[in-house]
Amino acid sequence: MLKLENLKKSFGGVAATRDVTLDFADGSLSAIIGPNGAGKTTLFNLITGRFPPDTGRILLAGENIAGLSQRRIVRLGIGRAFQVASLFPTLTVSEALAAAAQAHQRRETVLRSPFPLAATTKQGDEIMELLGLTRVAGILSRNLSHGDQKLLDIGLALALDPKVLLLDEPTAGMGPEERWRMIETVQRLWRARRMTLIFIEHDMDIVFKVAQTVRVLSYGSVLAEGTPDEVRTNAKVIEAYLGKSAHGTAGQGATA
Amino acid sequence: MAGRWRDLGLAALGLLLLLLVPVFGAPPAIRDFIMFGMAYGLLAMSLNLLIGYTGLVSFGHAMFFAAGAYAFGLAMQSGKFSIPGAFVLAIGFTALMALIVGAICVRLNEIYFAFLTLAFQMLFYNIILGWVSFTGGDQGLMGGIPRPKFLGIDLADRTQLYIFCSVAFVVCIAILRQVVTSPFGYTLRMIRDNQERAAFLGINVIMVKLACFVISACIAGVGGILLTLFVSGAYPNFGFWTTSGEAIFMILLGGSNVFLGPLVGTVILRLLNDITVTYTSHTELVLGIVILVLVLGLRKGPLDLLAERWENRRQAKAQAVRDAADKDAQAGRDA
Repeated sequence: MLKLENLKKSFGGVAATRDVTLDFADGSLSAIIGPNGAGKTTLFNLITGRFPPDTGRILLAGENIAGLSQRRIVRLGIGRAFQVASLFPTLTVSEALAAAAQAHQRRETVLRSPFPLAATTKQGDEIMELLGLTRVAGILSRNLSHGDQKLLDIGLALALDPKVLLLDEPTAGMGPEERWRMIETVQRLWRARRMTLIFIEHDMDIVFKVAQTVRVLSYGSVLAEGTPDEVRTNAKVIEAYLGKSAHGTAGQGATA
Repeated sequence: MAGRWRDLGLAALGLLLLLLVPVFGAPPAIRDFIMFGMAYGLLAMSLNLLIGYTGLVSFGHAMFFAAGAYAFGLAMQSGKFSIPGAFVLAIGFTALMALIVGAICVRLNEIYFAFLTLAFQMLFYNIILGWVSFTGGDQGLMGGIPRPKFLGIDLADRTQLYIFCSVAFVVCIAILRQVVTSPFGYTLRMIRDNQERAAFLGINVIMVKLACFVISACIAGVGGILLTLFVSGAYPNFGFWTTSGEAIFMILLGGSNVFLGPLVGTVILRLLNDITVTYTSHTELVLGIVILVLVLGLRKGPLDLLAERWENRRQAKAQAVRDAADKDAQAGRDA
């Protein structure tokens, strides 16, 4: 579904992404891990067209989208949630989702009917149901708890009915219990929507338990990729990233 | 849907109240006050579509007020147009001007946007001043604006003019209401709150801003036309930067987060003006003090304060719903 071929990107003289080639199968659930500054978020920025790659191709269902505007790429079916939830503070949860849905349905400039349109309300309600946000439907986005803000951020991306959904650290800033609840929600929506889902995550326990495939980035290039078991036992990964012990202390080492 | 019927009902009620004024034989001073208020009210209300709903702080809005006034006045003085014809022509001219100015300005954000609109306004103002043979320069459009009868309506008659202006005013307010309660209005709020995220949901931020800019300019243009009809002339100060400043004052005085806030601000500003002017020549001083108190003391318009109370109460209710749901979920997990 999503293929990255020889992507390169430098800022000034600093190479943030050096020759990344990755393939994400249709309907897969993959994790991207790597230490801070490994170029994980940069990779998301390249895929979503926030800035174009210097060289390389980004193929969405076989079509090269590298260099297209952010807006075009969104319309082609790539949705994204942000590391720091990016919301509309003065809109309630149900308003924000209906507004996002109307943008997806190309009804964002409708003047004749009152907001919200029935079709967008329906789509918004389904998303709230899926993410467990119905209980906060009437709360302003700025008054939500941290966890609900992260969920709403994902909900806004879901309103686009994406073929590929990119989640940048969905569990950032959460306590252990809240993390697992979040990741269960992510799994649930992945099963419900059958989309290609890629998430960045620091918690190794979560990554190894949830992801079908894991890609390890380091200094802007791909260090290793494979199933959780393959990555966990990969010598290079153990040496460069996970430390001596492959399991127990790895989680702490990576989160720090 | 219920909201729409309520809004229409309120609009009809507002129009009825306005029309009752001449029936009860209000003194001409009150009628004049209302007419001025309607013209400047449209200026402030339309500006708030940009400032309050879209987050575009324009310092040049009065140029469209003046554009409507001059285009209408000049069309009528040419003798080639009926009043409805000149009305449509003036709005068309204002829209075209807003399209050109807006296409350049809306690409910029915040202070750059504000200053560019100010610059265009000064340009327009200087064209009015400099093109004496066409616009009358600093004397304005002299010799009165002819008001030929159309469809049996005679705007030379004060009462009929008042009714005509009231209807035009209420229709414009209803259009603005329609805009802010439509899906488009919520797209504007998204852009105000977080335009990068809005763009990331596929919204063409520049085009939406431009459309909003043109709609807002047209309503300001209608305000200018009403003023021209009322004072039977058009003057350069309609398009001077202080007029834009006054409109911003009106928004501050009323409140930018409540639909009718700017209109309330218009009434407050004109009342302050009319009252202080009879006691002192330092009108600006009084005005300045009131603005300072609002900006430093309340940090928002008086209507915003009421709206905030109301919103807080609604939020408390929504949060109670959440807390109850969370409690149930927790109990479910514990069991």
